[in-house]
Amino acid sequence: MSTLERDVLTALGTVVDPELDEPITDLGFVRSLDVDGDTVTVHLRLPTSFCSPNFAYLMASDAKDALVALPWTRRVTVELDDHHDSDLINRGLAADAGYRGTFAHEAQESLDELRVTFKRKAHTAAMERALTRLLRTDAGLVEADLHRVTLGDLPVDGATAALLRRRAAIGLGDDPALPVLVDHDGSPYPRDKVPLRLRMARSTRISIEGNAHFCRGLLATRYDLEENAS
Amino acid sequence: MYSKDGENYFIVDAHVALWDARPENQRNIHGKQFIDCFYDYHRNLSPESEVWPYEEYLYQGSDRLMHDLFDVGYVDHAIFQPAHLGEFYVNGFGQTEEASALAKAHPDKLTYNHCWDPRNGEEGLKQLREDAARFGLKGAKLYTAEWHGQSRGWKLDDPWSYRYLEAAQELGIRNIHIHKGPTIRPLDRDAFDVADVDKVATDFTELNFVIEHCGLPRLEDFCWIATQEPNVHAGLAVAIPFIHTRPKYFGQIIGELLYWLDEDRIQFSSDYALWTPRWLVEAFVDFQIPEDLPEYAPLTTAQKKKILGLNAAAMYDIPVPGHLQLPREEPQAVAVA
Repeated sequence: MSTLERDVLTALGTVVDPELDEPITDLGFVRSLDVDGDTVTVHLRLPTSFCSPNFAYLMASDAKDALVALPWTRRVTVELDDHHDSDLINRGLAADAGYRGTFAHEAQESLDELRVTFKRKAHTAAMERALTRLLRTDAGLVEADLHRVTLGDLPVDGATAALLRRRAAIGLGDDPALPVLVDHDGSPYPRDKVPLRLRMARSTRISIEGNAHFCRGLLATRYDLEENAS
Repeated sequence: MYSKDGENYFIVDAHVALWDARPENQRNIHGKQFIDCFYDYHRNLSPESEVWPYEEYLYQGSDRLMHDLFDVGYVDHAIFQPAHLGEFYVNGFGQTEEASALAKAHPDKLTYNHCWDPRNGEEGLKQLREDAARFGLKGAKLYTAEWHGQSRGWKLDDPWSYRYLEAAQELGIRNIHIHKGPTIRPLDRDAFDVADVDKVATDFTELNFVIEHCGLPRLEDFCWIATQEPNVHAGLAVAIPFIHTRPKYFGQIIGELLYWLDEDRIQFSSDYALWTPRWLVEAFVDFQIPEDLPEYAPLTTAQKKKILGLNAAAMYDIPVPGHLQLPREEPQAVAVA
């Protein structure tokens, strides 16, 4: 792989599937990439023809934005293959028509709210992962005690770093004194609500992880790939 | 009926279809894309021995359905839940005539639910009244991502949808099965969001709302709504085949459902012909919550009996032979959540 191709792959690695909270490069959604001088052509693929068109568009347009932002690219083509809205989305991307220009009467304002909804879910899941692990490693801790756990109490590791990234994505800080179990505005819950909130967060985490398993499996089946564990 | 280890299980398959996706019935490329998507679901989640050739998957026909469900599938009663998909298939995807005739010929074994689309307005309302009389409807299947001219989706709380639900309540069509799909108008929002279920469940307390795929891919939103709305139920279509490929994930799903809902509001379904019931029933009876998920209580035999058939039988007034019923429970103090 050339340096420029690596550059393209790194840029595509910043594009996340909002529902699955994973980079499209890890999910196998990048079907091919071609670099010819300052011209880049990327083909994307999804697990089914009937994946949600709004998410499909978000990923494809984020991919184009990420590639256009590279200092050396002049002509960038991103195409979504084998989707029920491939023609519509690819026309919109080629014309830089934006969300409303692409989906016309089906679009109302923007996809911003959709994006925020899934960033919040990603934060909820990351929070549950960090706290459940803490519960498992510290036998003296019970669920209600999570009320007083702060970012500084979490071990310095990948899961905590992932939580901090997802906090940043929804505008929450990283001060070690800040509570971990919070709503999407950063407000903690009363002690007696903590077990319920942890359970709700768990169902969010299970949902996202389960969807990711299913999507990986379907992509592998559809394109006859080896199925990789995440 | 399925029997294992001295226990007998009454089986209701609450979501089956008789579809025709053969090329001659495909209206356009989307007809092929749709059945190919189903076939990938089938291939991805079925045990190898249960995978059908593509040609057979396109259309099953009455005889094969009767065989797969009742001769070898342990099913005592099955409920048709048709999707119309008129924009994708010339004669529709679900085969109304063939399925309803089959249900009429075997009323002890089959119930025919029909579908409606609130975008058909007054004419559709009239049709709904005719369909209710013609089919003797007890339930309906609604697919919110159905394409319809310029529109590719609707919400349960749209004004016209309310008109249809009011008519359903009046006509005694009590059991409304909801299947969320990927498109909705406007596309700004999450098409799989189940917030509209919350609204109609509150406003139509005489109706039961069975959310197919237990809200997947939004299990968490579904659980939260179902916890608050006693007339919201979970259908296990699409969720249950994970029992084979991803048993731990299935354990988490069923564990969450039992935690947030209760054992009386979960229904088994194979989603035939997406999958066949035989292996699913066998696997579910054998299933236990994996040991590395200590946060969930083990599944009991009584819970399995309810999920596999008794819950749906109660909802649809399907008679259950005495020896397959659970012993009458003594009234217990109501636990307050």
